[in-house]
Amino acid sequence: MKPPSPSFRILRHVVLMAVALVFLMPFIWMVLTSLKPADEIFGSEIHLFPTRFAAVENYTLALTKVPLLRYLWNGVLVCAGILVLQILVALPAAYAFAKLSFRGKPWAWRLVMLALMVPYQATAIPLYVMLYHAGLLDSMAALILPFSVSAFGIFLMRQFFRTVPDDLIHAARLDGMGELEIVWRVMLPTAMPALLAFSIFSVVWHWNDYFWPLLVINSPHLATPPLGTMFFRNEEAGSAFGPLMAGTVLITAPLVLLFVVAQKRFIEGVTLTGVKG
Amino acid sequence: MSLTDWQFGATTLNWVGLQNYAELWSDAVFRKSVANTLVYLVLVTGGSITLGLSLALLIESDRSGRGFYRTAFFMPAASTLIAMAFVWEFLLHPSAGLVNHLLQQVGVAPQNWLNDRHLALYSVAAIGIWQMSGLALVFFLAGLQGIPRDVRDAAELDGIDRPFDRFRFVTWPLLGPTTLFVITVCAIRALQVFDTVHVLTKGGPNKATEVLLHTIYAEGFSFFRMGYASAMTVVFIAGIFLLTQIQHAALERRTHYA
Repeated sequence: MKPPSPSFRILRHVVLMAVALVFLMPFIWMVLTSLKPADEIFGSEIHLFPTRFAAVENYTLALTKVPLLRYLWNGVLVCAGILVLQILVALPAAYAFAKLSFRGKPWAWRLVMLALMVPYQATAIPLYVMLYHAGLLDSMAALILPFSVSAFGIFLMRQFFRTVPDDLIHAARLDGMGELEIVWRVMLPTAMPALLAFSIFSVVWHWNDYFWPLLVINSPHLATPPLGTMFFRNEEAGSAFGPLMAGTVLITAPLVLLFVVAQKRFIEGVTLTGVKG
Repeated sequence: MSLTDWQFGATTLNWVGLQNYAELWSDAVFRKSVANTLVYLVLVTGGSITLGLSLALLIESDRSGRGFYRTAFFMPAASTLIAMAFVWEFLLHPSAGLVNHLLQQVGVAPQNWLNDRHLALYSVAAIGIWQMSGLALVFFLAGLQGIPRDVRDAAELDGIDRPFDRFRFVTWPLLGPTTLFVITVCAIRALQVFDTVHVLTKGGPNKATEVLLHTIYAEGFSFFRMGYASAMTVVFIAGIFLLTQIQHAALERRTHYA
Protein backbone atom coordinates (compact mmCIF):
# COMPACT_ATOMS: atom_id res chain seq x y z
CA MET A 1 0.00 0.00 0.00
CA LYS A 2 1.13 3.53 -0.77
CA PRO A 3 2.02 5.62 2.25
CA PRO A 4 -0.48 8.45 2.76
CA SER A 5 0.43 11.88 1.43
CA PRO A 6 1.81 14.51 3.83
CA SER A 7 -1.24 16.75 3.51
CA PHE A 8 -3.51 13.84 4.36
CA ARG A 9 -1.38 13.00 7.36
CA ILE A 10 -1.71 16.52 8.71
CA LEU A 11 -5.44 16.64 8.01
CA ARG A 12 -5.88 13.34 9.81
CA HIS A 13 -4.21 14.70 12.90
CA VAL A 14 -6.21 17.94 12.77
CA VAL A 15 -9.53 16.11 12.58
CA LEU A 16 -8.64 13.48 15.17
CA MET A 17 -7.22 16.10 17.52
CA ALA A 18 -10.35 18.23 17.29
CA VAL A 19 -12.62 15.28 18.05
CA ALA A 20 -10.33 14.07 20.81
CA LEU A 21 -10.52 17.51 22.39
CA VAL A 22 -14.32 17.35 22.41
CA PHE A 23 -14.20 13.86 23.90
CA LEU A 24 -11.77 14.87 26.62
CA MET A 25 -13.34 18.26 27.33
CA PRO A 26 -15.59 17.02 30.14
CA PHE A 27 -12.56 15.54 31.89
CA ILE A 28 -10.43 18.64 31.42
CA TRP A 29 -13.25 20.91 32.50
CA MET A 30 -14.00 18.73 35.50
CA VAL A 31 -10.43 18.99 36.75
CA LEU A 32 -10.15 22.72 36.03
CA THR A 33 -13.46 23.52 37.70
CA SER A 34 -12.50 21.54 40.77
CA LEU A 35 -9.67 24.05 41.23
CA LYS A 36 -11.81 27.19 40.94
CA PRO A 37 -13.59 29.25 43.58
CA ALA A 38 -17.35 29.73 43.26
CA ASP A 39 -17.30 33.34 42.03
CA GLU A 40 -15.11 32.32 39.12
CA ILE A 41 -17.33 29.41 38.21
CA PHE A 42 -20.43 31.55 38.07
CA GLY A 43 -18.75 34.70 36.79
CA SER A 44 -19.92 36.15 33.50
CA GLU A 45 -16.54 35.59 31.95
CA ILE A 46 -15.10 32.14 31.64
CA HIS A 47 -11.42 31.61 32.18
CA LEU A 48 -9.89 28.38 31.09
CA PHE A 49 -7.51 28.30 34.02
CA PRO A 50 -8.42 29.44 37.51
CA THR A 51 -7.07 32.86 38.40
CA ARG A 52 -7.26 32.02 42.07
CA PHE A 53 -6.73 28.45 43.16
CA ALA A 54 -9.41 27.03 45.41
CA ALA A 55 -8.31 23.43 45.16
CA VAL A 56 -7.76 23.04 48.88
CA GLU A 57 -11.19 24.43 49.80
CA ASN A 58 -13.02 22.37 47.18
CA TYR A 59 -11.32 19.10 47.93
CA THR A 60 -11.59 19.57 51.67
CA LEU A 61 -15.27 20.28 51.35
CA ALA A 62 -15.76 17.26 49.08
CA LEU A 63 -14.05 15.03 51.61
CA THR A 64 -15.73 16.39 54.73
CA LYS A 65 -19.27 17.26 53.67
CA VAL A 66 -19.99 13.63 52.87
CA PRO A 67 -17.82 10.63 53.75
CA LEU A 68 -16.35 10.36 50.28
CA LEU A 69 -13.46 8.16 51.33
CA ARG A 70 -15.98 5.88 52.94
CA TYR A 71 -17.85 5.60 49.63
CA LEU A 72 -14.65 4.79 47.81
CA TRP A 73 -13.80 2.17 50.41
CA ASN A 74 -17.32 0.72 50.10
CA GLY A 75 -16.79 0.57 46.36
CA VAL A 76 -13.57 -1.36 46.86
CA LEU A 77 -15.21 -3.75 49.34
CA VAL A 78 -18.22 -4.41 47.15
CA CYS A 79 -16.17 -4.95 43.99
CA ALA A 80 -13.70 -7.18 45.79
CA GLY A 81 -16.47 -9.16 47.51
CA ILE A 82 -18.33 -9.70 44.26
CA LEU A 83 -15.20 -10.65 42.35
CA VAL A 84 -13.97 -13.16 44.94
CA LEU A 85 -17.38 -14.87 45.12
CA GLN A 86 -17.74 -14.88 41.36
CA ILE A 87 -14.38 -16.55 40.93
CA LEU A 88 -15.04 -19.06 43.71
CA VAL A 89 -18.27 -20.09 42.01
CA ALA A 90 -17.38 -19.70 38.35
CA LEU A 91 -14.08 -21.60 38.20
CA PRO A 92 -15.28 -24.93 39.63
CA ALA A 93 -18.56 -24.63 37.73
CA ALA A 94 -16.77 -23.88 34.48
CA TYR A 95 -14.42 -26.80 35.07
CA ALA A 96 -17.35 -29.12 35.64
CA PHE A 97 -19.06 -27.95 32.46
CA ALA A 98 -15.90 -28.15 30.39
CA LYS A 99 -14.22 -31.33 31.55
CA LEU A 100 -16.54 -33.51 33.61
CA SER A 101 -19.67 -35.36 32.69
CA PHE A 102 -22.60 -35.52 35.05
CA ARG A 103 -26.32 -36.14 34.84
CA GLY A 104 -28.39 -33.22 33.60
CA LYS A 105 -25.37 -31.40 32.24
CA PRO A 106 -27.03 -30.28 28.97
CA TRP A 107 -29.99 -28.89 30.92
CA ALA A 108 -27.82 -27.15 33.46
CA TRP A 109 -25.84 -25.59 30.64
CA ARG A 110 -29.02 -24.37 28.97
CA LEU A 111 -29.95 -22.68 32.25
CA VAL A 112 -26.61 -20.90 32.29
CA MET A 113 -27.15 -19.72 28.73
CA LEU A 114 -30.61 -18.47 29.62
CA ALA A 115 -29.26 -16.55 32.60
CA LEU A 116 -26.66 -15.07 30.30
CA MET A 117 -29.31 -13.51 28.09
CA VAL A 118 -31.47 -11.88 30.74
CA PRO A 119 -30.31 -8.37 31.64
CA TYR A 120 -29.91 -7.94 35.38
CA GLN A 121 -32.28 -5.00 35.60
CA ALA A 122 -35.01 -7.40 34.55
CA THR A 123 -34.51 -9.46 37.67
CA ALA A 124 -34.45 -6.40 39.93
CA ILE A 125 -38.02 -6.71 41.19
CA PRO A 126 -37.97 -10.38 42.24
CA LEU A 127 -34.48 -9.95 43.70
CA TYR A 128 -35.59 -6.93 45.66
CA VAL A 129 -38.57 -8.82 47.08
CA MET A 130 -36.39 -11.79 48.02
CA LEU A 131 -33.89 -9.57 49.79
CA TYR A 132 -36.74 -7.88 51.60
CA HIS A 133 -38.01 -11.19 52.92
CA ALA A 134 -34.52 -12.22 53.91
CA GLY A 135 -34.22 -8.94 55.80
CA LEU A 136 -31.12 -8.03 53.87
CA LEU A 137 -32.19 -4.76 52.24
CA ASP A 138 -29.92 -1.83 52.99
CA SER A 139 -26.90 -3.97 53.82
CA MET A 140 -23.57 -4.79 52.26
CA ALA A 141 -24.89 -8.29 51.51
CA ALA A 142 -27.63 -6.80 49.34
CA LEU A 143 -24.95 -5.23 47.18
CA ILE A 144 -22.76 -8.32 46.90
CA LEU A 145 -24.84 -11.52 47.08
CA PRO A 146 -27.08 -10.99 44.03
CA PHE A 147 -24.00 -10.83 41.83
CA SER A 148 -22.03 -13.69 43.36
CA VAL A 149 -23.01 -16.12 40.62
CA SER A 150 -22.01 -14.79 37.24
CA ALA A 151 -23.41 -16.79 34.35
CA PHE A 152 -21.12 -14.82 32.13
CA GLY A 153 -18.09 -15.80 34.23
CA ILE A 154 -19.04 -19.46 34.04
CA PHE A 155 -19.59 -19.18 30.29
CA LEU A 156 -16.32 -17.38 29.64
CA MET A 157 -14.17 -19.68 31.76
CA ARG A 158 -15.81 -22.79 30.33
CA GLN A 159 -14.95 -21.67 26.80
CA PHE A 160 -11.40 -21.20 27.95
CA PHE A 161 -11.12 -24.45 29.90
CA ARG A 162 -12.25 -26.44 26.87
CA THR A 163 -9.00 -25.49 25.18
CA VAL A 164 -6.91 -26.96 28.01
CA PRO A 165 -5.65 -30.41 26.90
CA ASP A 166 -7.20 -33.39 28.69
CA ASP A 167 -3.76 -34.96 29.10
CA LEU A 168 -2.82 -32.24 31.56
CA ILE A 169 -5.79 -33.17 33.73
CA HIS A 170 -5.11 -36.90 33.44
CA ALA A 171 -1.54 -36.32 34.49
CA ALA A 172 -2.71 -34.32 37.49
CA ARG A 173 -5.12 -37.09 38.46
CA LEU A 174 -2.35 -39.67 38.20
CA ASP A 175 -0.32 -37.51 40.54
CA GLY A 176 -3.14 -37.97 43.03
CA MET A 177 -4.77 -34.55 42.85
CA GLY A 178 -8.43 -34.18 43.77
CA GLU A 179 -10.81 -32.46 41.40
CA LEU A 180 -10.91 -29.19 43.38
CA GLU A 181 -7.16 -29.21 43.62
CA ILE A 182 -7.03 -29.54 39.83
CA VAL A 183 -9.25 -26.48 39.49
CA TRP A 184 -7.08 -24.26 41.63
CA ARG A 185 -3.62 -25.62 40.88
CA VAL A 186 -3.81 -26.74 37.26
CA MET A 187 -6.66 -24.89 35.58
CA LEU A 188 -6.38 -21.51 37.30
CA PRO A 189 -2.78 -20.79 36.24
CA THR A 190 -3.58 -21.60 32.60
CA ALA A 191 -6.61 -19.35 32.67
CA MET A 192 -4.96 -16.20 33.99
CA PRO A 193 -5.44 -13.99 30.88
CA ALA A 194 -9.13 -14.82 30.58
CA LEU A 195 -9.58 -14.42 34.31
CA LEU A 196 -7.89 -11.03 34.26
CA ALA A 197 -10.14 -9.77 31.48
CA PHE A 198 -13.15 -11.04 33.36
CA SER A 199 -11.99 -9.39 36.59
CA ILE A 200 -11.67 -6.02 34.91
CA PHE A 201 -15.04 -6.48 33.33
CA SER A 202 -16.57 -7.29 36.70
CA VAL A 203 -14.86 -4.50 38.63
CA VAL A 204 -15.70 -1.82 36.06
CA TRP A 205 -19.27 -3.02 35.87
CA HIS A 206 -19.90 -3.01 39.60
CA TRP A 207 -17.88 0.08 40.41
CA ASN A 208 -19.99 2.04 37.94
CA ASP A 209 -23.30 0.41 38.68
CA TYR A 210 -25.84 2.89 39.93
CA PHE A 211 -29.19 1.22 39.41
CA TRP A 212 -28.85 -1.56 41.95
CA PRO A 213 -27.30 0.42 44.85
CA LEU A 214 -29.98 3.05 44.28
CA LEU A 215 -32.64 0.41 44.85
CA VAL A 216 -31.31 -1.42 47.86
CA ILE A 217 -29.30 1.14 49.81
CA ASN A 218 -30.76 3.92 51.94
CA SER A 219 -28.09 4.45 54.56
CA PRO A 220 -25.46 6.93 53.46
CA HIS A 221 -22.66 4.99 55.15
CA LEU A 222 -23.26 2.01 52.86
CA ALA A 223 -23.25 3.98 49.61
CA THR A 224 -21.02 3.02 46.71
CA PRO A 225 -19.18 5.80 44.85
CA PRO A 226 -21.88 6.48 42.20
CA LEU A 227 -24.63 6.57 44.82
CA GLY A 228 -22.41 8.67 47.07
CA THR A 229 -21.99 11.29 44.36
CA MET A 230 -25.75 11.49 44.20
CA PHE A 231 -26.01 12.03 47.97
CA PHE A 232 -23.34 14.65 47.67
CA ARG A 233 -25.21 16.50 44.95
CA ASN A 234 -28.43 16.44 46.94
CA GLU A 235 -26.59 17.69 50.00
CA GLU A 236 -25.22 20.62 48.05
CA ALA A 237 -28.51 21.30 46.23
CA GLY A 238 -26.58 21.10 43.00
CA SER A 239 -25.11 24.59 43.05
CA ALA A 240 -21.63 24.22 44.52
CA PHE A 241 -20.00 22.99 41.37
CA GLY A 242 -16.43 23.43 42.59
CA PRO A 243 -16.64 20.89 45.41
CA LEU A 244 -18.95 18.70 43.34
CA MET A 245 -16.37 18.53 40.58
CA ALA A 246 -13.69 17.81 43.17
CA GLY A 247 -15.86 14.91 44.32
CA THR A 248 -16.34 13.58 40.81
CA VAL A 249 -12.60 13.81 40.17
CA LEU A 250 -11.97 11.62 43.20
CA ILE A 251 -14.63 9.12 42.15
CA THR A 252 -13.60 8.86 38.50
CA ALA A 253 -9.90 8.76 39.29
CA PRO A 254 -9.54 5.07 40.28
CA LEU A 255 -10.98 3.67 37.06
CA VAL A 256 -9.34 6.23 34.80
CA LEU A 257 -5.97 5.50 36.40
CA LEU A 258 -6.54 1.77 36.06
CA PHE A 259 -7.42 2.37 32.42
CA VAL A 260 -4.32 4.42 31.70
CA VAL A 261 -2.03 1.95 33.45
CA ALA A 262 -3.46 -1.28 32.07
CA GLN A 263 -4.98 -0.04 28.85
CA LYS A 264 -4.89 -3.19 26.78
CA ARG A 265 -6.36 -5.44 29.46
CA PHE A 266 -8.85 -2.78 30.38
CA ILE A 267 -10.21 -2.47 26.85
CA GLU A 268 -10.36 -6.27 26.64
CA GLY A 269 -12.33 -6.37 29.84
CA VAL A 270 -14.76 -3.62 28.96
CA THR A 271 -15.40 -4.93 25.46
CA LEU A 272 -16.52 -8.19 27.05
CA THR A 273 -19.73 -6.32 27.87
CA GLY A 274 -20.40 -6.49 24.15
CA VAL A 275 -20.41 -10.24 24.21
CA LYS A 276 -22.41 -10.28 27.40
CA GLY A 277 -25.06 -7.81 26.28
CA MET B 1 -45.92 -11.43 39.04
CA SER B 2 -46.85 -9.33 36.02
CA LEU B 3 -50.27 -11.00 36.09
CA THR B 4 -51.14 -9.75 39.58
CA ASP B 5 -52.03 -6.43 41.18
CA TRP B 6 -49.48 -6.86 43.93
CA GLN B 7 -48.10 -3.75 45.55
CA PHE B 8 -44.95 -3.88 47.61
CA GLY B 9 -45.76 -4.35 51.29
CA ALA B 10 -49.33 -5.47 50.61
CA THR B 11 -50.30 -8.77 52.16
CA THR B 12 -52.88 -9.66 49.55
CA LEU B 13 -52.51 -10.14 45.88
CA ASN B 14 -55.09 -10.77 43.23
CA TRP B 15 -54.83 -12.52 39.96
CA VAL B 16 -55.67 -9.94 37.35
CA GLY B 17 -54.77 -11.80 34.21
CA LEU B 18 -53.69 -9.55 31.42
CA GLN B 19 -55.13 -6.42 32.99
CA ASN B 20 -51.68 -4.93 33.60
CA TYR B 21 -50.83 -5.36 29.96
CA ALA B 22 -54.12 -3.80 28.91
CA GLU B 23 -53.35 -0.84 31.15
CA LEU B 24 -49.87 -0.59 29.68
CA TRP B 25 -51.31 -0.44 26.21
CA SER B 26 -53.43 2.60 27.06
CA ASP B 27 -50.94 4.23 29.43
CA ALA B 28 -49.81 7.50 27.85
CA VAL B 29 -46.64 7.66 29.97
CA PHE B 30 -45.64 4.15 29.01
CA ARG B 31 -46.20 4.85 25.34
CA LYS B 32 -44.21 8.03 25.56
CA SER B 33 -41.50 6.11 27.39
CA VAL B 34 -41.30 3.43 24.70
CA ALA B 35 -41.25 6.06 21.96
CA ASN B 36 -38.48 8.01 23.73
CA THR B 37 -36.46 4.85 24.30
CA LEU B 38 -36.68 4.04 20.59
CA VAL B 39 -35.65 7.56 19.56
CA TYR B 40 -32.76 7.40 22.01
CA LEU B 41 -31.78 3.95 20.78
CA VAL B 42 -31.74 4.98 17.12
CA LEU B 43 -29.89 8.24 17.77
CA VAL B 44 -27.26 6.79 20.06
CA THR B 45 -26.70 3.61 18.08
CA GLY B 46 -26.56 5.48 14.78
CA GLY B 47 -24.38 8.26 16.18
CA SER B 48 -21.94 5.94 17.94
CA ILE B 49 -21.59 3.68 14.90
CA THR B 50 -21.00 6.55 12.49
CA LEU B 51 -18.57 8.31 14.76
CA GLY B 52 -16.88 5.10 15.88
CA LEU B 53 -16.40 3.83 12.34
CA SER B 54 -15.19 7.14 10.91
CA LEU B 55 -12.71 7.59 13.73
CA ALA B 56 -11.54 3.98 13.45
CA LEU B 57 -10.90 4.40 9.71
CA LEU B 58 -9.02 7.65 10.31
CA ILE B 59 -6.92 6.14 13.07
CA GLU B 60 -6.12 3.08 10.97
CA SER B 61 -5.14 5.10 7.90
CA ASP B 62 -1.78 6.08 9.34
CA ARG B 63 0.58 5.00 12.05
CA SER B 64 1.34 7.95 14.25
CA GLY B 65 -0.65 8.67 17.39
CA ARG B 66 -2.77 5.51 17.26
CA GLY B 67 -2.36 4.71 20.93
CA PHE B 68 -3.08 8.23 22.06
CA TYR B 69 -6.28 8.58 20.03
CA ARG B 70 -7.56 5.21 21.09
CA THR B 71 -7.03 6.17 24.72
CA ALA B 72 -8.69 9.54 24.27
CA PHE B 73 -11.78 8.20 22.56
CA PHE B 74 -12.16 5.29 24.93
CA MET B 75 -11.83 7.44 28.04
CA PRO B 76 -15.57 8.22 28.33
CA ALA B 77 -16.42 4.52 28.12
CA ALA B 78 -13.90 3.80 30.86
CA SER B 79 -15.14 6.37 33.35
CA THR B 80 -17.89 6.29 35.92
CA LEU B 81 -20.93 7.46 34.01
CA ILE B 82 -22.76 8.79 37.01
CA ALA B 83 -19.90 11.11 37.93
CA MET B 84 -19.56 12.26 34.35
CA ALA B 85 -23.29 12.95 34.25
CA PHE B 86 -22.71 15.62 36.90
CA VAL B 87 -19.93 17.09 34.82
CA TRP B 88 -22.28 17.23 31.84
CA GLU B 89 -24.94 18.83 33.97
CA PHE B 90 -22.47 21.56 34.71
CA LEU B 91 -21.25 21.85 31.11
CA LEU B 92 -24.85 22.21 29.95
CA HIS B 93 -25.82 24.58 32.77
CA PRO B 94 -27.96 27.36 31.27
CA SER B 95 -25.98 30.28 32.69
CA ALA B 96 -22.63 29.01 33.93
CA GLY B 97 -22.14 26.14 31.50
CA LEU B 98 -19.25 26.00 29.09
CA VAL B 99 -21.40 24.90 26.15
CA ASN B 100 -23.59 27.99 26.24
CA HIS B 101 -20.58 30.24 26.74
CA LEU B 102 -18.88 28.81 23.68
CA LEU B 103 -22.06 29.09 21.64
CA GLN B 104 -22.42 32.72 22.60
CA GLN B 105 -18.95 33.34 21.27
CA VAL B 106 -20.16 32.33 17.83
CA GLY B 107 -23.44 34.16 18.23
CA VAL B 108 -25.85 31.34 19.09
CA ALA B 109 -28.43 32.05 21.77
CA PRO B 110 -27.97 30.07 25.00
CA GLN B 111 -30.23 27.09 25.40
CA ASN B 112 -31.66 25.39 28.42
CA TRP B 113 -30.37 22.02 27.25
CA LEU B 114 -31.81 19.75 29.88
CA ASN B 115 -35.01 21.56 30.78
CA ASP B 116 -36.34 22.39 27.36
CA ARG B 117 -38.71 19.64 26.42
CA HIS B 118 -37.75 19.85 22.77
CA LEU B 119 -34.06 19.56 23.53
CA ALA B 120 -33.70 17.40 26.62
CA LEU B 121 -33.90 14.01 24.91
CA TYR B 122 -31.33 15.08 22.32
CA SER B 123 -29.00 16.38 25.00
CA VAL B 124 -29.18 13.08 26.84
CA ALA B 125 -28.66 11.22 23.56
CA ALA B 126 -25.59 13.34 22.81
CA ILE B 127 -24.11 12.30 26.14
CA GLY B 128 -24.98 8.72 25.25
CA ILE B 129 -23.07 9.02 21.98
CA TRP B 130 -20.13 10.60 23.74
CA GLN B 131 -20.02 7.64 26.07
CA MET B 132 -20.62 4.84 23.58
CA SER B 133 -18.53 5.85 20.55
CA GLY B 134 -15.33 4.66 22.20
CA LEU B 135 -16.75 1.19 22.58
CA ALA B 136 -17.88 1.08 18.94
CA LEU B 137 -14.47 2.45 17.91
CA VAL B 138 -12.61 -0.34 19.67
CA PHE B 139 -14.75 -3.02 18.03
CA PHE B 140 -14.26 -1.44 14.62
CA LEU B 141 -10.51 -1.18 15.12
CA ALA B 142 -10.43 -4.89 15.92
CA GLY B 143 -12.59 -5.57 12.86
CA LEU B 144 -10.33 -3.51 10.61
CA GLN B 145 -7.25 -5.27 11.85
CA GLY B 146 -8.95 -8.57 11.06
CA ILE B 147 -9.05 -7.69 7.37
CA PRO B 148 -6.03 -9.37 5.78
CA ARG B 149 -3.48 -7.07 4.22
CA ASP B 150 -3.33 -8.96 0.94
CA VAL B 151 -7.02 -8.32 0.33
CA ARG B 152 -6.30 -4.61 0.24
CA ASP B 153 -3.19 -5.10 -1.86
CA ALA B 154 -5.17 -7.24 -4.28
CA ALA B 155 -7.81 -4.55 -4.54
CA GLU B 156 -5.13 -2.05 -5.39
CA LEU B 157 -3.78 -4.30 -8.14
CA ASP B 158 -7.30 -4.54 -9.50
CA GLY B 159 -7.28 -0.78 -9.89
CA ILE B 160 -9.35 0.17 -6.86
CA ASP B 161 -7.03 2.84 -5.55
CA ARG B 162 -9.28 5.72 -4.51
CA PRO B 163 -9.72 5.46 -0.74
CA PHE B 164 -13.47 5.91 -0.95
CA ASP B 165 -13.85 3.11 -3.51
CA ARG B 166 -11.66 0.90 -1.46
CA PHE B 167 -13.90 1.50 1.52
CA ARG B 168 -17.06 0.84 -0.48
CA PHE B 169 -15.95 -2.29 -2.29
CA VAL B 170 -13.51 -3.90 0.10
CA THR B 171 -13.56 -2.66 3.67
CA TRP B 172 -17.28 -2.11 4.19
CA PRO B 173 -18.46 -5.54 2.93
CA LEU B 174 -15.79 -7.27 4.97
CA LEU B 175 -16.76 -5.24 8.03
CA GLY B 176 -20.41 -6.25 7.64
CA PRO B 177 -20.52 -8.86 10.40
CA THR B 178 -18.57 -6.56 12.75
CA THR B 179 -21.00 -3.76 12.04
CA LEU B 180 -24.03 -5.90 12.77
CA PHE B 181 -22.38 -6.98 15.99
CA VAL B 182 -21.55 -3.42 17.05
CA ILE B 183 -25.06 -2.24 16.22
CA THR B 184 -26.63 -4.81 18.50
CA VAL B 185 -24.13 -4.16 21.30
CA CYS B 186 -24.86 -0.44 21.17
CA ALA B 187 -28.61 -0.99 20.87
CA ILE B 188 -28.70 -3.29 23.89
CA ARG B 189 -26.77 -0.76 25.91
CA ALA B 190 -28.93 2.10 24.70
CA LEU B 191 -32.02 0.19 25.75
CA GLN B 192 -30.60 0.07 29.27
CA VAL B 193 -30.13 3.83 29.59
CA PHE B 194 -30.90 4.91 33.12
CA ASP B 195 -28.08 6.69 34.92
CA THR B 196 -27.96 9.88 32.89
CA VAL B 197 -31.72 10.22 32.79
CA HIS B 198 -32.11 9.68 36.51
CA VAL B 199 -29.42 12.20 37.38
CA LEU B 200 -30.04 14.87 34.79
CA THR B 201 -33.74 15.03 34.11
CA LYS B 202 -35.66 12.46 36.18
CA GLY B 203 -37.61 11.75 33.02
CA GLY B 204 -38.76 15.35 32.67
CA PRO B 205 -39.47 17.98 31.62
CA ASN B 206 -43.03 16.81 31.12
CA LYS B 207 -41.97 13.20 30.43
CA ALA B 208 -39.81 14.35 27.50
CA THR B 209 -36.94 12.08 28.56
CA GLU B 210 -38.93 9.29 30.20
CA VAL B 211 -37.24 6.04 29.13
CA LEU B 212 -38.23 2.44 29.73
CA LEU B 213 -35.93 1.53 32.59
CA HIS B 214 -36.64 4.80 34.34
CA THR B 215 -40.40 4.25 34.08
CA ILE B 216 -40.00 0.76 35.53
CA TYR B 217 -37.97 2.21 38.36
CA ALA B 218 -40.54 4.91 39.07
CA GLU B 219 -43.52 2.56 39.00
CA GLY B 220 -41.88 -0.24 40.91
CA PHE B 221 -39.76 1.54 43.45
CA SER B 222 -41.31 4.97 43.90
CA PHE B 223 -44.99 3.99 43.65
CA PHE B 224 -44.33 0.36 44.59
CA ARG B 225 -46.74 -0.99 41.99
CA MET B 226 -44.67 -4.11 41.54
CA GLY B 227 -47.20 -6.02 39.45
CA TYR B 228 -47.47 -3.22 36.94
CA ALA B 229 -43.72 -2.65 36.86
CA SER B 230 -43.24 -6.37 36.25
CA ALA B 231 -45.44 -6.16 33.19
CA MET B 232 -43.19 -3.36 31.90
CA THR B 233 -40.15 -5.46 32.66
CA VAL B 234 -41.53 -8.25 30.50
CA VAL B 235 -41.73 -5.79 27.59
CA PHE B 236 -38.17 -4.66 28.36
CA ILE B 237 -36.87 -8.25 28.39
CA ALA B 238 -38.63 -8.95 25.12
CA GLY B 239 -36.77 -6.05 23.53
CA ILE B 240 -33.40 -7.16 24.85
CA PHE B 241 -34.10 -10.75 23.91
CA LEU B 242 -34.87 -9.80 20.34
CA LEU B 243 -31.62 -7.86 20.08
CA THR B 244 -29.61 -10.71 21.59
CA GLN B 245 -31.01 -13.11 19.02
CA ILE B 246 -29.89 -10.83 16.20
CA GLN B 247 -26.52 -10.48 17.88
CA HIS B 248 -25.99 -14.21 18.21
CA ALA B 249 -26.81 -14.60 14.54
CA ALA B 250 -24.22 -11.90 13.87
CA LEU B 251 -21.62 -13.68 15.99
CA GLU B 252 -22.20 -16.92 14.13
CA ARG B 253 -21.61 -15.17 10.84
CA ARG B 254 -18.54 -13.45 12.15
CA THR B 255 -16.86 -16.75 12.89
CA HIS B 256 -17.21 -17.80 9.26
CA TYR B 257 -15.16 -14.84 8.14
CA ALA B 258 -12.42 -15.28 10.70
